[in-house]
Amino acid sequence: MRYAMAIDTKKCVGCSDCVVACQTENDVPIGYCRDWVVEVMDGTYPQLEMELRSERCNHCENSPCVRCCPTGASHYSEGGTVLVTKNECIGCSACVTSCPYDARFVHPEGYVDKCTFCLHRVKKGMQPACVAVCPTKCMYFGDLDDPRSEVSQILKKRKYKTLIPEAGTKPHLYFLI
Amino acid sequence: MREEIIVSGRNNPLIDPQLHVWHWEIPTYLFLGGLAAGLMFFAALYTIRNKENEYKTAVKIAPIIAPIALVFGLIALFLDLHHKLYFWRLYTTIRLESPMSWGAWTLMVVTPLSMIWTAIHMKDIFPKWNWKFEVIEELIEFFKKHKKTLAWIMLISSAILGIYTGILFSAFNARPLWNTSILGPLFLASGLSAGAALVIWMSKNHSERKRFAQLDLMIIGIELFLIIHMFMGFLASTQVQIDAANLFLGGEYTAPFWIFVVFLGMIVPAILEGMELKGFKIPVAIPVVLVLFGSVMLRFIIAYAGQASRWLY
Repeated sequence: MRYAMAIDTKKCVGCSDCVVACQTENDVPIGYCRDWVVEVMDGTYPQLEMELRSERCNHCENSPCVRCCPTGASHYSEGGTVLVTKNECIGCSACVTSCPYDARFVHPEGYVDKCTFCLHRVKKGMQPACVAVCPTKCMYFGDLDDPRSEVSQILKKRKYKTLIPEAGTKPHLYFLI
Repeated sequence: MREEIIVSGRNNPLIDPQLHVWHWEIPTYLFLGGLAAGLMFFAALYTIRNKENEYKTAVKIAPIIAPIALVFGLIALFLDLHHKLYFWRLYTTIRLESPMSWGAWTLMVVTPLSMIWTAIHMKDIFPKWNWKFEVIEELIEFFKKHKKTLAWIMLISSAILGIYTGILFSAFNARPLWNTSILGPLFLASGLSAGAALVIWMSKNHSERKRFAQLDLMIIGIELFLIIHMFMGFLASTQVQIDAANLFLGGEYTAPFWIFVVFLGMIVPAILEGMELKGFKIPVAIPVVLVLFGSVMLRFIIAYAGQASRWLY
């Protein structure tokens, strides 16, 4: 099982609902966020092109954060998700530094925190909070190994890209373009 | 034109607008660890080569600084941790892929070793020293008997400590400035240079001073060579590494790096030490302090600049 997310940059309107949903669902401390929306403006007026991306941890297959963790607190879990065990984390921040996507942060309680793909919801058969609330339904979540899953289906049909593939991390966040 | 902004207002402390999660603690530790590694390396080297009495300061006296530096370094490392009460988790596992795990275990070997080494030579430093307890005397006698073995372990573990301080950074592919394997040897050389400089300062023996001035001169030469190589590597690499090099070649770290690290920390002390070897009278403290200062600045600048360098997407 390999969980992945596909995000349609053509349908995203940048409303940041995913960010708020995540903060609410995961009780993210005020002033922090596990996901965020990036707006890219390309070209010169009037030939402008805009791309909106809802970004979060890429749950990489070759995660630098798991590799550099000195205690094993950062680890691969169900479906290839990358998680942090908070009672094993010493808060050394090596993983924060190692992430080319800057997806991790130090929780005010001291341990390192990040997106979990809402594994607690997924295990119950629900969608991650960000996917569930998206008003334009631009996010797809599922198992890449299951050819019938929503995410496998959409990746078959559409063109997509990943972020900084040249960093060698094999990210599991796909952006439909 | 391409403009990329986070529109959802992400402002994670220590991450945005630019990563600044590691502060003074890490470079301070890297300097103290490097210095201790340098001191222990020379002490071990000259013990193995049976030159204990010729280079008395290097083998017997200067290593007293090593445990002190390591203890302060460890305090700095501890202060850097955000989840402090769980620090013992470092010692419940060995993770070969993680440089920090290597570092934690190396320190576990090196710190007691530096203390044992100092204990063995306590009576050389303070002739009236009295351990008071028979057990300690016996223990020290035991270590004295196995001094050569101890020296070999120290030689290897101090080299690992010196290199690891650089590897810690170079293992991060996410920070292009750090992602060069030259940092390992460069930090090792810088630690050895700092160690040699301290020996020059503490030594009262002319021939020992001369020997370490020659050594320091050679190591500074190697450092300059490594720095040039580092930039050659960056400039021949990918765009992100070219951008990283440009932080030092016109970017915001240009002046501090070339003035404090290269000019004041390497070239000036090298010239002064060279003049001293030629017979000019120069207060020994000047080149020594400059070398130590350069060594500190190298770590601070690389630590801060590295966090400013990143991938573009």
